[in-house]
Amino acid sequence: MRERLMYLLAAAAAFLLTWNLYKIFFVLPITANVAAYQIVYFHVPAAFTALSGFFVALGASGLYLATGKFKYDEFAAAVTEVALAFATVNLITGSIWARYAWGIWWTWDARLTSMLTCWLIYAGYMILRRSIEEPTQRARLSAVLSILGCVDVGFVYKSIEWFRTQHPSPVLSIRDGGGMGPGMEAPIYWNFLGLACLSAILIIVRMRQEETAREIDSLRRMAHSY
Amino acid sequence: MEPREFQFVFGALTIAWLIVIAYVISIATRERRLRKELDRVRKMVEGK
Repeated sequence: MRERLMYLLAAAAAFLLTWNLYKIFFVLPITANVAAYQIVYFHVPAAFTALSGFFVALGASGLYLATGKFKYDEFAAAVTEVALAFATVNLITGSIWARYAWGIWWTWDARLTSMLTCWLIYAGYMILRRSIEEPTQRARLSAVLSILGCVDVGFVYKSIEWFRTQHPSPVLSIRDGGGMGPGMEAPIYWNFLGLACLSAILIIVRMRQEETAREIDSLRRMAHSY
Repeated sequence: MEPREFQFVFGALTIAWLIVIAYVISIATRERRLRKELDRVRKMVEGK
């Protein structure tokens, strides 16, 4: 069942991302009100994927703290790791776009700084998980960090409305921005869907790995108790 | 698209996909390591 779902998601992701690549480079008009706008079609969906992943991890962490069931902790860990990978894509593509549009790789702007802080918080989450051996303590501390880290996720999202600095203010019409032009926004959402499918596959695999790691851990304990 | 713009777009997309591919490879490597470890620990438990 899991395998079939993964193949289905892989096919959907491959189709959506390839179709969008074709649309972005061959169908959409060459001129737009955003310089090197093709980068935005990956930069923004990567941010959507990362931030929504951190929010899902927040829910799973809350459920772990409420129920004490390890499956929620494993799910939170899997989602956070995948979201962190996409946050990396977001930061790096954003930096390359900034070099072209602004002439600089980086600036300590509110959006950029809060996103980097977010990346550091969740990188810290991954380091925390590796540094604690005891499963209950690891799960509890990770859940607390995930919940606290989510405050910054909200800040990242709202920062372009609260602070008018270097990063463009909301462009997408769903955020009351001016829009990118007729028909130019749709590939952003389709790419987000494609990346979400890809993320779902990676999360399933990571969940399975977390389960295997727990099995190894319990077998080791069993072996030592003999 | 002017050549300079193309270079940036191409560079950004290449790096984005390289990050995703590197992550997928790291997951696959971990998967192999975990399978080996599980087999080893299972044998250890069965042997006791």
